[in-house]
Amino acid sequence: MADRNFRHSPLEGFSSGGAVAMSEVPFLAQINLRLDPAGPAAAAVGKDLGVALPRRGGTSATSGDVSVLWLGPDEWLVVGPPGAETRLTALLESAAGAAHASVVDVSAQRTAVALRGPRVRELLALGCSLDLHPRVFGVGDCAQTMLAHAPVVVWRRESEFWILVRASFAGHLAAWLEDAGIEFTVRD
Amino acid sequence: MMLIPCPWCGPRDESEFHYGGQAGVAYPDDPGALTDAEWARYLFFRDNPKGPFRERWSHTAGCRRWFSLVRDTVTNEIVA
Ligand SMILES: [Zn+2]
Repeated sequence: MADRNFRHSPLEGFSSGGAVAMSEVPFLAQINLRLDPAGPAAAAVGKDLGVALPRRGGTSATSGDVSVLWLGPDEWLVVGPPGAETRLTALLESAAGAAHASVVDVSAQRTAVALRGPRVRELLALGCSLDLHPRVFGVGDCAQTMLAHAPVVVWRRESEFWILVRASFAGHLAAWLEDAGIEFTVRD
Repeated sequence: MMLIPCPWCGPRDESEFHYGGQAGVAYPDDPGALTDAEWARYLFFRDNPKGPFRERWSHTAGCRRWFSLVRDTVTNEIVA
């Protein structure tokens, strides 16, 4: 019988254990949103999403299963569960109304890798120059930066780090993470 | 490695940025009225001071915004 499952994530099947557990979080709904943060559309979007668009650099806001990550002073990434892209796009477009705004479904652009375990920050420090200590980079904080020479969004969640990485860099990043994680696996 | 203060993201490694050259180079009011020499001067000629230099940077690996800062070309210190 023909393979009817046409949808494959960039890191299908990727997972790794040890002191840093890694797995892919595939098919997240991701909508890139650009508009004037001080305009009425920003307020309307916040109202409809149930959470105000974060104005402080490098922070995110969450309402239910939808999070909004700050990407720039007039740019956000709205992240939701797989399949939510149509609903979120419609919600954002309707809330933005006639305002000068951009709503683009970029779900296929990036996949996500979840990292868990006591040595996650040590592992990330091998390829990322940002200070990810909780006193600087707390729960909900996010940053666009470089990890192992790949452009990524690092996002600190409740008990894990999520790395949002472009599909074309995902294989490289996963290989690097697995390789960099070896020393922790051996030591523990 | 220089640590460059992005006005939006804070201090980041130089490798996250692209350099944009001298800041404040105004586009000519009426380019058509310029001689070739004047147009070439606008396009290609830039100051090259030994000391503080106001220049453009883009935080390409971060928020992707352009901004200006003043860097001392002798010490690489960001002075403003
Ligand atoms: Zn920035």
